[in-house]
Amino acid sequence: MHPVLTDRRRLAMYAAAAVPLALAGVGLLAQGRNALPPAAAAMIAFPLSMAATLLLLPLWYLCRALPAYETSFYRLLLTHSAGALLTALAAVYLGGALARLVASTRAGTGIEAGYQARSAGVMVAGALVYLLAVSFHYVLLGVDATRRAEQHSMELAILAREAELRALRAQVHPHFLFNSLNSISALVSTDPLRAREMCVLLAEFFRKTLALGERREVTLEDELAVARTYLAIEGLRLGTRLSFEEAVEDAARACRLPPLLLQPLVENAIRHGISTRPDGGVLRIEARTDGQRMRISVENPFDPDAPPRPGLGVGLANVRRRLLAGYGDRARVEAERGEDRFRVAISMPAEAVE
Amino acid sequence: MIRVLIADDEAPARALLREMLSAEPDVEILGEAATGLEAVKVAGELKPDAVFLDIEMPKLDGFEVLELLDPRIAVVFVTAYDSHALRAFEVHAVDYVLKPYRAERLREALSRARARVGDRPDPALLARAARPPGQYTQRVVVKDGAHIHVIPLERLDYAQAQDDYVALRTEGKTLLKSQTLGALEASLDPSLFVRVHRSFLVRLDRIRALEPYGKNDHVAVLLDGTRVPVSREGYARLRELLE
Repeated sequence: MHPVLTDRRRLAMYAAAAVPLALAGVGLLAQGRNALPPAAAAMIAFPLSMAATLLLLPLWYLCRALPAYETSFYRLLLTHSAGALLTALAAVYLGGALARLVASTRAGTGIEAGYQARSAGVMVAGALVYLLAVSFHYVLLGVDATRRAEQHSMELAILAREAELRALRAQVHPHFLFNSLNSISALVSTDPLRAREMCVLLAEFFRKTLALGERREVTLEDELAVARTYLAIEGLRLGTRLSFEEAVEDAARACRLPPLLLQPLVENAIRHGISTRPDGGVLRIEARTDGQRMRISVENPFDPDAPPRPGLGVGLANVRRRLLAGYGDRARVEAERGEDRFRVAISMPAEAVE
Repeated sequence: MIRVLIADDEAPARALLREMLSAEPDVEILGEAATGLEAVKVAGELKPDAVFLDIEMPKLDGFEVLELLDPRIAVVFVTAYDSHALRAFEVHAVDYVLKPYRAERLREALSRARARVGDRPDPALLARAARPPGQYTQRVVVKDGAHIHVIPLERLDYAQAQDDYVALRTEGKTLLKSQTLGALEASLDPSLFVRVHRSFLVRLDRIRALEPYGKNDHVAVLLDGTRVPVSREGYARLRELLE
């Protein structure tokens, strides 16, 4: 919709622009040789400038169709020259008609002759008014585009933050807590020391998760520390079924990550992978960097014949969303499903924590 | 005296069940299983009165195990997942114990199991009701003597009702499962499997052609050449799905 027609305040301001325009017109007509009487000049200039401001309003659609930065210069020049010429001709013709009308009410004042003498001036003024209107509309379109861009980037920021919050909320699966508590309940009588160890590990895990969740960025090492605690707890639960390998370059440990990005991948590796196998398997986390890019992978075996467990794909989708929100196309997530191995590989910019 | 089997893939969880159950005076623990498959096998050999069963286990999940067990065995789910609990109760599951639990809670489940031994609703019905609504089964499990077949739905061509059984046709073989065709139909995605006849449930993409048969009836010719009768209602259902 037309931004001037839809907003009363804008419409009033736009219509008010006809006043100085008309005054300038009076100035043009009522000065110099063969000058028109000021009253007659006003009777021609006011309707003329009113008509100009109104008739030039639809220019907005033309300007929108020919965006200043995307249209070729020659096309812009051609279109708007034609527009200026047309406006100039229309102005001089309409002005002439008005002059005749005014002259017919006051015989013999030389109004028509005075107007004829200034028709070149009227044409130039018409062309200038056209160009003024065009620049006004381009400015308006520019303002709108800027506002839309601002709104868009704000929406993106909100989306990113929401994805972040969703991810953090999804972090601690209640089942993990319930199963761990059940293990503690079991160990209390059979192996009190291990029960105590599990309590401490659970507390550590929650403390670290909460602390990380409050930060905007963490290092890979911070993430790995959470993963190690988590895996120690799952290790008490799953026993020898779970083993863990960490092949991480020291340079990669200091690289920046969104907080708790890896955690859903580690949880998935256990829930949909290692715990589906009666004999378990090795969860392997690798990370390396060449200074420009960081590559992280989480790999685990799974039982292709296992019953599918609910929630498959949620964690991975979340990781993708968060990386997209934070890095756009500078980050990539690839999931590779082999016959009985699953591997998620992340490639992202290697950046230091500020 | 009640004879029980413990099935859970986590050693501490099994130890806890064993500890609490063995403290009860009239409970005999027959054995333990660490996967769903093992649970079905051990239950077949030892014939317990009740099974304490986890839901998320390797090989077969708790629902699949439930379907394959002798219906006289009382099943108590013991799990950390509470999302299925309500529906399991609606169909009179013997019990549904949430981890972690107190000894009293387990004792309660035990007395329910005792009261219900030999008296349990259709296991397929129970398993179906315990699944979240709108979520259909991904595979069909069949017990064939000591052997357990897991049939992914892509490999199930059609099912035919035979008295109290359904004959499942898969990869040129026929497997018998103790279940009604209606119960099987209800557990499968209706956009994949169509009841073309009172006694036949066919996977839609296995149908090669429909041919007229007699005055009002049709037969469906499957990809492998099998001819399956199609009733008038079945024909209407097919047309609705194919249009």
